[in-house]
Amino acid sequence: MKESRTIVQTLSDSAGADQAPADEAETGRTFAGVGVSPGRIIGSVLLMPKAVREPAVGELLAAGTSAGDASAALRTAAKAVQANLTARSASAVGAGREVLEATALMANDPMLVKAAVKLITNGASAERAIWDAAASVAEMLHNLGGYMAERATDVLDVRGRIVAELRGVPAPGIPFSETPFILVGEDLAPADTATLDPAKVMALVTASGGPQSHTAIIARALGLPAVVAAVGVDGLTDGTLVFVDGAAGTIVVDPGADEVALAKSWETTTAALAVFDGTGRLKDGHLVPLLSNVGGAKDAVKAAAAGAQGVGLLRTEFCFLERDTEPTIAEQVEAYRGVFDAFPGKKVVVRTLDAGADKPLPFLTDASEPNPALGVRGYRTDFTSPGVLERQLQAIAQAVEGTKAQVWVMAPMISTAEEAEHFASLCATAGLTTPGVMVEVPSAALTSASILEHVDFVSLGTNDLTQYAMAADRQLGQLAGLNTPWQPAVLQLIRLTVAGSVDEGHDKPVGVCGEAAADPALAVVLVGLGVATLSMTARALSAVAAVLASVTLVEAEQLAKLALSAHSAADARRLVREKLPILISLGL
Amino acid sequence: MSERTAVIASRVGLHARPAGIFVAAVGELPLEVTIAMAGEPADDAMDASSILSIMSLGASNGDTVVLRAEGEGADEALESLVKILETDLDAE
Repeated sequence: MKESRTIVQTLSDSAGADQAPADEAETGRTFAGVGVSPGRIIGSVLLMPKAVREPAVGELLAAGTSAGDASAALRTAAKAVQANLTARSASAVGAGREVLEATALMANDPMLVKAAVKLITNGASAERAIWDAAASVAEMLHNLGGYMAERATDVLDVRGRIVAELRGVPAPGIPFSETPFILVGEDLAPADTATLDPAKVMALVTASGGPQSHTAIIARALGLPAVVAAVGVDGLTDGTLVFVDGAAGTIVVDPGADEVALAKSWETTTAALAVFDGTGRLKDGHLVPLLSNVGGAKDAVKAAAAGAQGVGLLRTEFCFLERDTEPTIAEQVEAYRGVFDAFPGKKVVVRTLDAGADKPLPFLTDASEPNPALGVRGYRTDFTSPGVLERQLQAIAQAVEGTKAQVWVMAPMISTAEEAEHFASLCATAGLTTPGVMVEVPSAALTSASILEHVDFVSLGTNDLTQYAMAADRQLGQLAGLNTPWQPAVLQLIRLTVAGSVDEGHDKPVGVCGEAAADPALAVVLVGLGVATLSMTARALSAVAAVLASVTLVEAEQLAKLALSAHSAADARRLVREKLPILISLGL
Repeated sequence: MSERTAVIASRVGLHARPAGIFVAAVGELPLEVTIAMAGEPADDAMDASSILSIMSLGASNGDTVVLRAEGEGADEALESLVKILETDLDAE
């Protein structure tokens, strides 16, 4: 159930009411972007500060500034950052509170400050001195490994805050506010979104980024309205009141009565859409199991509560993203078992570590690759770091023992039948009985019949399949128009994947676990193309179920044909949506 | 110079929350306190008010550390710090 939250804020209680008001000339100004997560909301803007720029290497004390003055300024800045983090920790709870308390102590740490003051005495500027002093400390922690290595990032975070304080610019990271706000930025990195508090952030708006960017994915997972690629929106000032429409992709500055009415009606819609009965089916009774994509046990428990019929994608790398070293088998067993236990008797599809490109893992991936999306990522890390995959499969097999979940395992970034065969043999060695692969490289879609001779199922990862089919980086806002699974070429690849399964002859299932499955209109098209199961963020289950229940299989097949023959992605989307009147009545 | 030894009681060792509690307690004292692993020369001792120093010390559960301080009230101050180290702070 959605927690009750006041969606319409008034100017008087908005986060930035005491800050600069919107420019008069800005009133009613509209920004157009790409809507990536539905919802209509009014709130005040807080800007995501830009990352702190590194002071020039060898930057010296400015003329007229003594080492004593610079040291005093540094001590003042370190104290201010400590005070700020301590104040924030007071309002935090649990693990978040402990992290903030420890980070606050680091900000004014005698060892760190002394090391920096020594560099200032030798002539360095305060900014450069703290930059280098913190880098040495971070390196020392990193070399200690384990828990200490993970704290190295905290030291670097503190460093950025001290430099920002010395420069008199806002601290990096998601801004802090007592009251909820709409977060506006150029783009958000995975590290930023990890600390995002959905109780404080009402909506996400970015000037850059595409529909498959992290901003979009996290917004859908949290059920926050979001608009990406809204050029110029990062020029707004803190405290500006805006209306965000996450379906239409628009932002209106200083909204009027029309927008207030739209935001109010959205509250009614979300209440109506909050229920999924746990069985995905079409109007004619044709079953389409609806599963959930999860990153760990916490997600899995939520997904089960939302009615998910299993897990279609367990992103195992999310259990280990902040890690410097390979997790032990025991740690992995514990992480996986938490997910299995949430779905007794149900299917859980585990995807082996998908590191690389936008999800680097220091123990597996090479950050210096010129073209990481086309580099050693996903299954391919087995070429360069042999053993990690085998140990993960052993851990999965151990976690299966004693649980009631039906565990399937699949490898990401498979390009050939040969790779699928090798992965299936590794699974067999580990004692895992249901191997499968992801279809996200066009070559795998085109050869799915040969691939399915070696494995029991395939799952389409539409985000990567789209970026590779269209040769368009999913992080680039300028290419958002190309980067949509509504592209008829992407739909053709999905059709061919299903056709390959039919040719293979054993009725092996083709599922979808990409973001495409969370778009209710596209979900109808996917079912019409012959996709057996859909896996999505738990938030989308009820909307997808409601729309699927409004069509028969024959109707879904007709809509799929319509989309396949469209001349553009926009046409495909428009033609299908016109035939699904339920979308309008639900406000989707 | 006063000197006391303490055996680390916290199961996670002297980092994370236990380190934070210890450093905060040292910070409230009007004295300079150092910490070292037992058997290491006093010259290599670290500033006990620095969480980063404490973390780099890497003291685990069961390890013995040496606290040193000089000046009025040093004995009492070290006693209070030993008590903190010999409590399983992670359990509280």
